[in-house]
Amino acid sequence: MVDARAAILGRLAKALRHDTAADAPAVVQRLNEKARGPQPQWPESMRERFLAKLAKVSATHAELGSRAEIVQAVGAYLAAQNLPNHLTAAPHSLLNEVAWPNDWRLEQRRARGEDRLGLAVAFCAIAETGSLMLLAGPDSPTTLNFLPDDFLCLLPESRIVPRMEDAWALLRQERGAMPRAANIVTGPSRTADVEQTIQLGAHGPRRLHVLLLRG
Amino acid sequence: MKPSSHAFAENARRALHDATLQQALAKAGVGFVDKRRGAIAGLPEFEALREAGRAIKDHSLANLDHYLARFEQQVTAGGGQVHWAETPAQACAAVLDICQQAGARMIAKGKSMVGEEIAVNDALEAAGYEVVETDLGEYIIQIAHEPPSHIIAPAVHKTRGQIAALFEALHHRPGLTRPLETVPQIVDEARQILRDKFLAADVGITGANFLIAETGSTVIVTNEGNGDLSATLPRVHIVLASIEKAVPTLEDASVLLRLLARSATGQEITSYTTFFTGPRRADDLDGPEEFHVVLVDNGRSQMLGGAYHEMLRCIRCGACLNHCPVYGAVGGHAYGWVYPGPMGAVLTPLMVGLKEGRPLPNASTLCGRCEAVCPMSIPLPKMLREHRRREFVQGLTPPRGRWALAAWAYGARRPWLYRKLGRWMVAMLKLMSGGRGRFRSLPFAGAWTAARDLPAPQGGTFMDQWQRRKHHG
Ligand code: SF4
Repeated sequence: MVDARAAILGRLAKALRHDTAADAPAVVQRLNEKARGPQPQWPESMRERFLAKLAKVSATHAELGSRAEIVQAVGAYLAAQNLPNHLTAAPHSLLNEVAWPNDWRLEQRRARGEDRLGLAVAFCAIAETGSLMLLAGPDSPTTLNFLPDDFLCLLPESRIVPRMEDAWALLRQERGAMPRAANIVTGPSRTADVEQTIQLGAHGPRRLHVLLLRG
Repeated sequence: MKPSSHAFAENARRALHDATLQQALAKAGVGFVDKRRGAIAGLPEFEALREAGRAIKDHSLANLDHYLARFEQQVTAGGGQVHWAETPAQACAAVLDICQQAGARMIAKGKSMVGEEIAVNDALEAAGYEVVETDLGEYIIQIAHEPPSHIIAPAVHKTRGQIAALFEALHHRPGLTRPLETVPQIVDEARQILRDKFLAADVGITGANFLIAETGSTVIVTNEGNGDLSATLPRVHIVLASIEKAVPTLEDASVLLRLLARSATGQEITSYTTFFTGPRRADDLDGPEEFHVVLVDNGRSQMLGGAYHEMLRCIRCGACLNHCPVYGAVGGHAYGWVYPGPMGAVLTPLMVGLKEGRPLPNASTLCGRCEAVCPMSIPLPKMLREHRRREFVQGLTPPRGRWALAAWAYGARRPWLYRKLGRWMVAMLKLMSGGRGRFRSLPFAGAWTAARDLPAPQGGTFMDQWQRRKHHG
């Protein structure tokens, strides 16, 4: 395939009249600058905007005053959905010290096909679109975001940023490099492939519930 | 897929007489148009974003060699591999090679238009692999053995009843009958069947909406989550991408994503927007062990810098299809290949040859709606005209068309003759209409008069009227 590479890049360079393989100054500048395009504006607070957009994409949320309320919030969700007390949670520091009730079955691992409920922690959230951003890693297995029917996501309110560009800035600042997968999740899974009728729960989660942690 | 674009007229006639298809098309058309309009009305910055998006693509294309090289460097640095393919055959060979090395048997596939373009499913199936399309729309047409009829809603031509019948025939063993009537029942059925496929697949193939040079990431947008399952569960992830998808930075992709979802489905963002960068890391708990990107050229490097250069800005949103009166009337299959609608009428002749694709640029009134809604402001009508020009220059226009054009040109160069003939025609037609002012039927124009009357000329030719007015001025 070395030949195909040379042939394609050669044709491109010729069509563009580039005579050196070295990056043009404009290219280097562009990559370093990371300039933003027009930024959509809105009047509401970030929190209001995030919650309004979240509701618009058929996701639900609960508000938690502190980490001590995680068990209660998850319990309320399980009861409301009439689910057994089984859950698969991400091995995330915010979840590691939660005192789960003794009669619950809780495993901290990646998700498997038969898991009904997954619990993870978002890296951040995007107010503009009501999206959660999750970064694949040892504390956030990607399968949890997609396999279980019910996806619960813990989000500290301080992690809501205005726009996608702010999420990238945060990622660069805190992580330095891209994870294997950066998932921007906006509502539960859906399809309109049968007669343009929106149906939730195509392949991914049927329900998305955000646990918004104050402070 | 063997193109049948040369038979557009015949395909279109069949489509117009297909009552079920017409019903499905009528249902879909308005929905897309209204949703897009609503989404754009809700974002005052849309026009500014559109200009910015266009500038991003123009800059990326003007430096495509540099950005592709940078992208490759970053993928490799992250532990992935880039494969370059000039032709569909080379691209399929690269995919087959990866699957063979991986000892694969089953392949889960997310939606990829480049995959359709290179007919990767056919190549994989011929080599004995089981390939399962996991996007619901793609799955439906896969089991119906049909090509997609829309670039973002591949099964838009199918009614609920048709889909239920397909599922019934394929999934239901005797004694096992689940009800299959409502949309939720149909979607649930597919979810159950496909879940097992995801879990059993050895290789996952997805497309890419963008390639990020800065980070070596590939981006997909889906609503179902099937692309993410295809990319996460199998041992090997292969990304099929055409070369014009490269953009410089994550910020640039963010601008284009705002335009894409709104133009395509009227959403502000799709349910899942994912940036993949390399295979799983040492301490990751899941994800594929291998990450491959197959970069497909298939004629694009020849479009660069030429008359069709601007087509490379296309982000495959489908808005031009949804707003095209021709597409709305005949649907996607009539176009006879992978890409339908206005963007297909430009791309198909470039990819399968003008000889095969020549009816497509002609099946247009050049009304300009496509260009008006295109988020990338691509001058589609201008390029359709360029195809027609080349068709004529290359002598591909059929004799009747050439003869008619030649006759008209002869007259147009001789104004006195043109006027004389015009006057004579007006008088003749007036006489023939017998004073009724319209025709119920006319020789050589049966197709026109079958559905409506043709008004008979009144009050002389334009030139005569013009002269009269000047004098009475
Ligand atoms: S040509 Fe424009 S409107 Fe059509 S699919 Fe491409 S980007 Fe969308």
